[in-house]
Parts: sequence; structure tokens; C-alpha cells
Amino acid sequence: MSNYVIEMLGIRKEFPGIVANDNINLQVEEGEIHAILGENGAGKSTLMSILFGLYQADKGVIKVRGKEVSIHSPNDANDLGIGMVHQHFQLVHNFTVAENIILGKEGSFVYDIKKASKKIKEISERYGLAIEPDMVIEDITVGMQQRVEILKMLYRDADILIFDEPTAVLTPQEIDELMNIMRNLAAEGKSIIIITHKLEEIKAVAKRCTVIRRGKFIDIVDVATTSAAEMAALMVGRPVNFKVEKQESVPGEPILSVKNLNVMNAKKVLGVSDFSLDVRAGEIVGIAGVDGNGQSELVEAICGLKPIESGSVYLNGKDITNISIKERNDLGLAHIPEDRQKRGLILNAPLTTNMVIKEFDKAPFSSKGILNYSEIEEYSKKIIERFDVRSGEGINSRAGKLSGGNQQKAIVGREITSQPELLIAVNPTRGLDVGAIEYIHKELVAERDKGKAVLLISFELDEIFNLSDRIAVINAGKLIDIVNTKETDAHSVGLMMAGIKKEA
Amino acid sequence: MAKNTVKIKKPLMEIPFIKSMIVSLTTVLLGLIVGGILIIAIGKNPIEGFQKIVFGAVSNTRRVGNTIAYATQLILVGLSVAFAFKTGLFNIGGAGQMLMGGLMASIWAHNVTFLPQPIYYLSLILVAGISGAIWGLVPGLLKAKFNVHEVVGTIMFNWIAYWIVYDAVKVFIVDPTIIVKSKPIPMQQSLRTEWLASITQHSYFNIGFFIAIIAVVVIWFILEKTTLGFNLKAVGSNRYCAEYAGIKVNRSIVISMGIAGCLAGLAGLTYFLGFSNIMEIGKSPSEGFDGIAVALLGNSNPLGVFISALFFGMLKMGKGSLTAIGIPTEIADTIIAIIIYFTATSVIIQGFWEKIIKKHSEKKLLKQAKEEK
Repeated sequence: MSNYVIEMLGIRKEFPGIVANDNINLQVEEGEIHAILGENGAGKSTLMSILFGLYQADKGVIKVRGKEVSIHSPNDANDLGIGMVHQHFQLVHNFTVAENIILGKEGSFVYDIKKASKKIKEISERYGLAIEPDMVIEDITVGMQQRVEILKMLYRDADILIFDEPTAVLTPQEIDELMNIMRNLAAEGKSIIIITHKLEEIKAVAKRCTVIRRGKFIDIVDVATTSAAEMAALMVGRPVNFKVEKQESVPGEPILSVKNLNVMNAKKVLGVSDFSLDVRAGEIVGIAGVDGNGQSELVEAICGLKPIESGSVYLNGKDITNISIKERNDLGLAHIPEDRQKRGLILNAPLTTNMVIKEFDKAPFSSKGILNYSEIEEYSKKIIERFDVRSGEGINSRAGKLSGGNQQKAIVGREITSQPELLIAVNPTRGLDVGAIEYIHKELVAERDKGKAVLLISFELDEIFNLSDRIAVINAGKLIDIVNTKETDAHSVGLMMAGIKKEA
Repeated sequence: MAKNTVKIKKPLMEIPFIKSMIVSLTTVLLGLIVGGILIIAIGKNPIEGFQKIVFGAVSNTRRVGNTIAYATQLILVGLSVAFAFKTGLFNIGGAGQMLMGGLMASIWAHNVTFLPQPIYYLSLILVAGISGAIWGLVPGLLKAKFNVHEVVGTIMFNWIAYWIVYDAVKVFIVDPTIIVKSKPIPMQQSLRTEWLASITQHSYFNIGFFIAIIAVVVIWFILEKTTLGFNLKAVGSNRYCAEYAGIKVNRSIVISMGIAGCLAGLAGLTYFLGFSNIMEIGKSPSEGFDGIAVALLGNSNPLGVFISALFFGMLKMGKGSLTAIGIPTEIADTIIAIIIYFTATSVIIQGFWEKIIKKHSEKKLLKQAKEEK
């Protein structure tokens, strides 16, 4: 008998036109944190979906605690003590934490919420989750929502926990907290599988790491003795450059000018207050700040998605404060949105539709109101080839069928290909693997070098420092300071992100 | 080998239209089976029952003519609902839009007697289309401006239309002998023609059917080939993405409801000036709601709507003959209802067929592999 708690042997899964998993092996020891590393679309999520019963493998054997099992549904998985935290949380927003957790497990017809709350509290305290059972989901942060998902698994006595890209939606602090929680869980004897493509996270928590590339098993490595660069190379299949190579910027005239901008947020208080910023041609300005400090409101106001309370926005010297979204786009504003599934793509439409969503009413994609499909297809093909968007059926694939990273590449491709004057990129590499990040960073710098203005909003400080020529720090909707990247460091930007401005 | 796999897996089920067609046919079959069981349960022979329905619907040219004449409204209301569905809206106001289209066209028909025939037909289409369109546009505006859900808005407008007809018929076009209905419209002022009547043994078959066919083609064209269709479908699939892309979402909602209302208005024209030639007060056409069933079974595809409207038309017109062998006519309506229930499970049915086809192709592969050995 082996001491593997999970064994997946020779797993194969095919989708129309694509082999998602080809003879993959996965062996997880009891009480270990096991990482599955792979590029976007490498087949990590498919493999986990098979383990969780969402898909059935075409071939292969799954053993749980040494016993061969067949898992036909998430219920089967639950019965085997397997729980999963999905990338997109499955919570009812106007329910409380406790109600969400017992949903589907109410027990009898009249359920005892008090008893459940007590148990939830106990678990929360035991693993340091800091969750109160009577909080309502829509009032708590994303990081807390994720902890509710974790609680949900623990409440159902799961001892094999799958995390699908858990850090994609978290702030750096929340990531640290999550890592601690994972360590606690493992120390208590839970076995954890974490799907990710973020090497530093693997280095931080995982014991061993299974590497998958293009649906194939590549290697299983011991994390402590393998460097991040080595793992990256295994994942991508070639050596990867972490630092972006770029020349000194040669800024020109201001392309985007934001003057004394005030914007209300969803709670009807000023989300952005008295904010002024210039982004010049040929430079990348990064906005550093903790999630929820007015970045979304700022971007939406510039793009016309949110009304402006007062202040003005200029693009290329033209006042765009009160013009329509369409007119702004036509003036050369491109926007890689924060939420790719809500704003960025129409998930049930094919890539062709998505690639021309902003330009379908212009030549050559249509004339006199009639669409020209061959032009649309050709243009879409160009984008997905150039930006290496991988999908089962090429340009006819529905956007929703692409992996998250490929969806992001498609959006980035669309926005850059539209040849904008100003490119606003909000977390452009969220959820992407190192190979794709490297590529998108290069593209953003290339836009800058072409003399375009780039406004970068990112919650990852590394990315801000890597790309930006200047860094603007935002806190509670106010501009704290703008500094040259060369003349600052992560520590002082971190202080400013907390709202503390160093007096010169 | 690998290439073969792809080839075998690609066929039929991968083509969206064929896929939804197979699913729809399956739901129809299931509906008929359950209907058959019900007929058995009351001690009758289901085969005989279905034969009677078909007999009642298409056994001679007059019956065929009547069935098509009845299906004409279903096609147009079905298109109306389907068009709204495609753009993410639920037009439940078909009845009111039909009433307004029919009422205005009827008043027009009684008063405008001087136009040459082709221009007169065109004027009828415009009057009915515009009246229906207004009855869709206003709920669309209410949704766009004040976020009043279109279901609430259109239902309210159904009742407004109902009471307008109640009074307007009495004031403008009342039949002096029976005040609960309007004067019959003379044949040359209606959509019926001597010639169409003569080739269908004096059925209700009328040029409304050709209007419906043209509407099917036009709506298909708008949805598939034009920027307007692209625009509306984008709003229907993801309004946040549409907004981000610069599409004016509210404008699209209003346009979409306007077009949907126009189609239902035309259904009113074909119903009250073709299939029938009078308007009764205090009656709301049930076809306005049957259109929802037609759109669902037709998977909101214009051609699918056309076919499913003809099918429902057959059931509705053929059911009368069931009484001849002692089966209650409600069985036909029950079958329609059952089909709609099964339509709601189309995902399961689709999964079922995909599984079967996959098994089949695997068997084929296995066979090939054996032969190669």
C-alpha cells in the first residue's frame, strides 16, 4: 500500500479538436501541499475537474486512499472527502456566510442555523480564517469570500482540498494570509492540491510540484531543491525571462489628462476625489494601490462607463468628459478591463464576434450596415495567431470555452490590435502564466515605444515596478504622489499605498 | 488515426442548427409519446388519435389552407418573441401588440377604400406594423429609462390594448346588429383574395402567409447579416460587455422591443384581417402567448420558428377532429404543454444525443482498429 491519498494514473480526456489531458499522472501524499503547475490551457483545470467529478476521464484510473474509485459528480467527490475552491466563487450574494455554507446540507426540512453557526465558528477559529457566520456575502471582501469557500469544504469534512488558481483574485496581503491558512490546514493533516502558474506561491507553500505542459505530464519536482527558473522552464518548455527589457522612455505630449476628477462609487460616496494625472505619449504610468481604493472608479470614469461628479478628462487635448463611450473608443482609447468575463468578452459568442465587438460597424468589417464575415474572420485569425490564443476550434470557439489565460490574451490582442492612442490596462496579466506574462509585458512596452500612452493599473507591485516609467500611488481615491520608478523602491511605494506620504 | 477521430466526431451535432433541430424533434417526439400515453389512459388508441389530428389539419386543400392561415399568426408572434429573446428580452406583450395592430388595420380597412390594391396592402402592413411597434417600443422605453421590467411593462400594455379595443370597436367599426364585435371587413379590403380562396376550397388562406415568409427572411437577415443584429445580439448576450464596447444598450433595448412589437402587430393584421375578418371585444388573442411556445421550440431561430409554428398550427387546427373518436380536444393542448416542458430540458436531451453519437463513433473506431490489424 502506498501512502498516496490521491493517485490519478494515465488520465486522458479529449474535447472536440483538443486533447486536454494526455496520459497524466498525479500522486499526492497525505498532508502535503501539492502544486500543479502549467501554462494557461495546459490542462490543469481539466484534470482537477475530473478529480472533482465535473468531467469523466476517457481513460485512466483514480485512486483515493489507495482504493480505486469512480467519481461521477461533485457529490461523489464530496462523499470521498474531496472539496474544491473554484476560481469563480459559488456563493449566494445576499445570503449570510452560515446560510451559504449549509446550502445543500441543510439536513432536515427545518434547519438549525444556530448549531451550524457554532460549528462554523469553531472551524474558523481552529484554522485562523477569521470569518463570522452571520456576515452577508455581498458585504465582505473577495479574500473573505474565498475563506468562506474554504470553510464550506471544511464544514463538509473534506480532507483533500483543491484550490483552483486561488490567488488570482487576491491582494498581496490576502495572498499571504491564504498561504498561512494553507500551511495551517496541511499541519492539521489536510492534503492540499493547488493549481497555479505563480512560481513564488509554489515556492512559498508547496512541497512537491507536478508540471503539465500542453496536456502532457512533464515532471514532478521537489520544490525545495528546484529553482523558480527551472520550474518556469519546465512549464513553458524554454528558458523564461522574468525581467522586462526596456529602454529609457522618451515621453512626448500628454495623451491623457485627468483634471480634478471626482467620481462616486457604488456606495454613493466619493470613490475618486480630486484626482489629477497626466499620461504622456511614450510612457507607461502605473497606478499602485490596494484593491478597492478607487482604481475601478477612475478607470470607468475615464472610459465613460461611470458618470463623473466633477472634473474633466482630456484625450489628445480634446475634452472627452461628456462624450459617449463609442466616441471615446473612436478617438483611440483602448481598455483591457478588470473583469474579463463581465466586461471583456461575450462568453457565449464566438471569438470572431468578440474580436470585432468594438469595430463591427466600421469598414472593412461592415459596409452600409451589412457585416462582412470574411474580413471579420481574417482579422480574428490575425489576432489569435499573433497573440497565441489557444482554443479548440480556432476563431469559431465560444469565448467561454477558452481557459482564463487565453481569454485574457484574446482581450489584450483585441485592444492592442485596434491601434489605440491610449491603452488602459487593468491587471492585464491576472491569471496568466509566466510565458504569457512575459509576452504581454513585451507588447505593452512595445506600445509605449511606438509612442502610445499606457496607463497600467495592477495590484501586483512587481508588475508596476517592472513596467512603469512613473508610478502614481492611489489611496482612498486620492492621489498620494507620482514618483519616477527609478527614484523609488517597493518599501516607500508600499507606505504610500497605505496612505502615508513622505514629506520631502 | 488521430485525424480520423476528428473527422468522425465533427458531423451533425457540431452544426448548431442541426443540433437544435435534433433536440427540438426529440422534444416533439417525447411530447407525442406522453400524449399517446394519456390517450391510452383514457382507453383510446393513440395512433388513431394522431391520425385524426393529421386528418383534421391537412386532409384536403381547404384544411391545409386553414392550418396555414392559422399558423401565419404563430409564425409572426413566434418571430416576435424569438427576436426579443435573442436580444435578451422577454416580450410577453404579443397579445396587446396583436390587438393594436389588428385594431388600427381594421379601422384603416373600413375607411381607406380608395387606394389601388398593392399600395393598399402596403399601407395595411405599415399601419399594423407601426401600431404594434409602438406597443413594443413604449415598454422598451420604460425599461430603458426607468428600469421597469419588460415583462411587467408588456403585460400592462396587453391590458391597455384590451380596453382600448373594447371601446374603439364600439366607437369606430361596430357591427350595428351585434355590438360586441366589429363589422366584417369586405374581402377586397382584407388580406383574403378571390384567387387564394378559390384554389383552397374557400379556406381562410390569405396573403398574410407571404408576409410571414418575408418576415422570416428579413428577421434572419437582420440577426445574421447586419450590424444591427450584431448590436442587438451583443446586448442580449452580455450587456456589460456591449456597454464597454461602446454599444448604446438602452437604445438597443428600445429598438429590439420596437421590432418585436412590429412583428406581433403584423400577426394582428393577419389574424384579424385574414384568418378572421372581425374583432370581438373582450377577447385577447391567445396566439400572443402561444408565440412563446413557438419561439422556445424553434430555439429562437427564424427558420425553426417557421417550422414549429406550422407544427403547432397543425395540432391546433387538427384537434377538432379528435372528438370524432371521443378523445377530448384538450389532449392537443396538453401535448403542446408537454413539448414546452421538454424544451426546458433541452440541455439534458442534447447531452443524451452527444453521448450516443460519441459511443457510436468509438465503436466505429474500434472496428477500424480491428480491421487494420
